[in-house]
Amino acid sequence: MVNQRVVTPEHLFFEAQREKQFITGSEAVREAIRRANVDLAVSYPITPQSESMHLVGDIYAEGYLKEYFRGESELAVMAEVAGASMGGVRVFTATGGPGTLRAFEMFPAWAGARLPIVCAFLTRGVNSPLSIQPDTIEMAFMLDTGILMFHAESAQDLYDMILKAFVIAERPDVHLPVGVFADGFFVTHTREQVAVAPADLKLPPYDPYAAPVPAMDMESAPVRQMRDPFVMKSNFISYAAHASWQQEILAAQERARKYVHRYLEGLVEVEHPEAAVLVMASGTMVSQSREAVAVARQQGLDIGLVKIKSLRPFPREEIKTLARQARTIIVPEYNRVGWLCREIKAAVEDTTKVVGGPRVFGGMTMPPEVVLDQIRRCCA
Amino acid sequence: MRNNSKTFIRMSGLGGQGVVTAAHILGMAAAKDGLESTVNPFFGAEKRLAPAESYVRIATEKIYERGEVLFPNIILIFHPHVITLGKCYTMPFFAGLQPGGIVIINTDRSQDLLREDDREGLVRLGARVYCVPATRVAVEVGGTELSTNIAMLGGLLGVQKLVSQEAVREALMERFGGKKFVASGTTAALDDVLKSKFSRLAQLVEKNVAVLAAAGGAVEEYHPGK
Repeated sequence: MVNQRVVTPEHLFFEAQREKQFITGSEAVREAIRRANVDLAVSYPITPQSESMHLVGDIYAEGYLKEYFRGESELAVMAEVAGASMGGVRVFTATGGPGTLRAFEMFPAWAGARLPIVCAFLTRGVNSPLSIQPDTIEMAFMLDTGILMFHAESAQDLYDMILKAFVIAERPDVHLPVGVFADGFFVTHTREQVAVAPADLKLPPYDPYAAPVPAMDMESAPVRQMRDPFVMKSNFISYAAHASWQQEILAAQERARKYVHRYLEGLVEVEHPEAAVLVMASGTMVSQSREAVAVARQQGLDIGLVKIKSLRPFPREEIKTLARQARTIIVPEYNRVGWLCREIKAAVEDTTKVVGGPRVFGGMTMPPEVVLDQIRRCCA
Repeated sequence: MRNNSKTFIRMSGLGGQGVVTAAHILGMAAAKDGLESTVNPFFGAEKRLAPAESYVRIATEKIYERGEVLFPNIILIFHPHVITLGKCYTMPFFAGLQPGGIVIINTDRSQDLLREDDREGLVRLGARVYCVPATRVAVEVGGTELSTNIAMLGGLLGVQKLVSQEAVREALMERFGGKKFVASGTTAALDDVLKSKFSRLAQLVEKNVAVLAAAGGAVEEYHPGK
């Protein structure tokens, strides 16, 4: 193994001197995992994710991880990282698009078993017709699996969010899986400046003995639960246990809020919260909106921008408060169904303020000009 | 967006021609010259002769927008089939070109590629159109067609000095030098072929710098209105 120095998460995230590298989002995944003290990573290819886990394999060969292998299928990979996580080690994997859907059964299972797995979802269109291009539709499906969800705007976000995800996931009062989502190609294949901490620093190791669900051995709870599951009893206690356990997962998501605040520095990032019209977006749609908002403000329009970094937990209170003083909220998205618009409508008091779209999907790029047109219409 | 301090470049070519690598090298060179730059590719299934595009954004201030460059200032056409067979993600090939924009086409002008309506459209935009025999320069000066992408960059720098030649040399060293680079399995295989053509790295870089300069001098302006 490569000799690295363990430092506190605070030092690695906020204090260590950073160096700028001109790298892609996939390479940013590698740089995050290099510093994440990961024990085991499992890879399985799917565009646009393949490079990320390939590069994690490269740093395994260099001695930054204890174990790494290629799984047999998406479902197998997600089950393998679940087994390793139950065994008490820190794990990482990544997928995207149809890969996410093929593995889907495991995501609520991860949350249900309270496994602090970190997975990068490098999103793309879902077949059919076949597309390998960017689209965030799979995030709509993931919203109610019980996992925490962060959405990266850039390669920088992807690097930072992956590292921070481990720390948030492993808090004993959280202990849930975290999905770090980034838009395929727009982040994974885009080369930009990323500031990274020194490569000889790493996070403290995972402490399985601080977990709320004990690490697996043949006598303790998780195995006991699988060998002797509630469903076999089919009595009042089994239903009550299942219902309360589901609520406990939601409660754990709520308890994650304070750590998302501390490490991600808020669930949202706001520019000009006092503006009459606000653009609310997540992922790379924030980037496109930044350009549009900058031009609109130069032209004297009263417009602000809200970047939503965490989707689970969802910034309900933040959005409700912002919406109170705004006249209109514009929600541009990279998917057809408008799932972020639905989430925002569920949080605000006056849903008539929320204007869904513009939306593009199936691999198209949102021109900032189209967001600007919407801003002009809503400011008129 | 459309702003004088930013230059947005679209490179359209065929899989295997190195449009992704050319964009990478140009973006890296811009970063070395102290400019802000982002680079991203766009392609379907990775196979030779399929449409492949890449985009480079260069600016003096931070660039946020990403994805396809829909309103380029400069378009590089790496292969005549982009124009004649529609092997690109926009139709016609110059869709979105900004008024007064630049088009650079890899051709030795043995055939006139532009149809009447293309020429009319380019004249309406006040576009400046240049031809550079990039593949021929790559073969004659570099000794391999695989340097076509560097010849296209040479053509670009011959028309507009976006980055310094020294920065391109450094970017070439970094891209093909010691550190292992993974863009994709296919690209890595092509890089290996390229390295085997030139036995030593220094020779590879010097040959490509020569290709860059030769292509810069081989650019000819084409007047679509005449």
